[in-house]
Amino acid sequence: MAEVLSKGVLLAFLSVALGLSAMAKAEEVGDFVQPSSKAAAVENCVEPTEYMRRNHFELIRHQRDETVYGGIRGAKHSLSGCVSCHVGYDRQGTPIEIDAEGQFCSSCHDYAAVEMNCFDCHATVPKGEAWNHEVAAAHAHPTGAAPLAATSAER
Amino acid sequence: MRIRPAQRRSLRPALSGEAVSEASESMKNESEPTNQGRRDFLGAAAGLTAAAVAPGMVLHTVDSEAAAPTGGVSDAHRWGLLVDTSKCADGCTACVDACDQENGLNLQSQPLGDDELKWQNQRATWIRKVKLQDNLTGQVTNLPLMCQHCEHPPCVDVCPTGASFKRADGIVMVDRHTCIGCRYCMMACPYKARSFIHEQVDQKLTRAPRGKGCVESCNLCAHRLDTGDISTACADACSAEGHQALVFGDLKDPTGPLRQALAKKPNRQIRQDLGLNTGVRYAGI
Ligand code: SF4
Ligand code: SF4
Repeated sequence: MAEVLSKGVLLAFLSVALGLSAMAKAEEVGDFVQPSSKAAAVENCVEPTEYMRRNHFELIRHQRDETVYGGIRGAKHSLSGCVSCHVGYDRQGTPIEIDAEGQFCSSCHDYAAVEMNCFDCHATVPKGEAWNHEVAAAHAHPTGAAPLAATSAER
Repeated sequence: MRIRPAQRRSLRPALSGEAVSEASESMKNESEPTNQGRRDFLGAAAGLTAAAVAPGMVLHTVDSEAAAPTGGVSDAHRWGLLVDTSKCADGCTACVDACDQENGLNLQSQPLGDDELKWQNQRATWIRKVKLQDNLTGQVTNLPLMCQHCEHPPCVDVCPTGASFKRADGIVMVDRHTCIGCRYCMMACPYKARSFIHEQVDQKLTRAPRGKGCVESCNLCAHRLDTGDISTACADACSAEGHQALVFGDLKDPTGPLRQALAKKPNRQIRQDLGLNTGVRYAGI
């Protein structure tokens, strides 16, 4: 009887432990938005979050042709917009490279084991931006809450 | 089928990219059912996080309709420059320096142990100051030489991938996403206007992406034009120095500053004999 009981306890313990670890995993997966980034204070991304998780590269890849060939830089699916909104900041307010370990892009890409090479060429922190919806917002509300770091073109 | 920019199609009718985009489309459809479960799982996880992040913060949505400064490139314009060599000062590098700043070229670093001369030859430059001397008369002419934004660009003709292309507004540039770094275009350009990036670059500006293995050249500060700012860093810097040797503007606007300046001063194309109809014109040579 005692043995049966202890087995039951063990099973219960195991299931709780498994449940907990599953929850921890779930939180980890949803936890990639950096608390210090502008994205943390925004209700949702430019598209619904679930859609972005699955399809962000479709959007970026399409937008890149619009930008390179069509000169459209203000659109909401630009990579520079992603970086501007999702980049994390340290205590001094200095932006942290978005592809650095544990930051927005790399943490999820590491988890999913998908290599990205956007940042072989593209800037990893907002620096000298030409135009994206973040810059546009700064232009539209010059008196609004100051962002953590300068976002407008540095010229 | 993904929508491809019209001007790309018109430039390269036999672009193989069409087939590629179709292939990626069908791949996407195949992977759809496999990932559905994972998407739902991620969706549930998102709910948790949103609640954790939100307290005490004012929620607002990204303004997706933030006004785009321009509606994009059109052939209503053709951008160009007039260089008045009589005003271009000996020893002045204002345009070159401004270009370096504007396009992040000053952020390149010399590879460790590289020979200084080799580095000076290989580092990317979009504008070169050229000094001409007539050996008979001794007359010296200074001029900045950059991509001439040819109407019939040899660099586009030779590119095997379509990466070297001409925008509808006449700006010739490289799409780094498709450039394979073969450097045919560098060979084909009569003006030695193009540079190759030999090493990984640590520092880059958002407006000027740059990576190992691609070719690049002057793009007439396309990021400025696309944001509605009709200017280039070089012309601005030249004026700020008080030389006014560079006039930037629209070759298609008869009342604009460029056409006015072109009408006043006799000017020509460098290597006019090649019939490339360059967008950059020179006075005093
Ligand atoms: S100057 Fe050279 S790089 Fe520029 S468009 Fe002409 S051939 Fe191409
Ligand atoms: S180096 Fe790039 S842009 Fe130049 S010809 Fe080769 S693929 Fe085209």
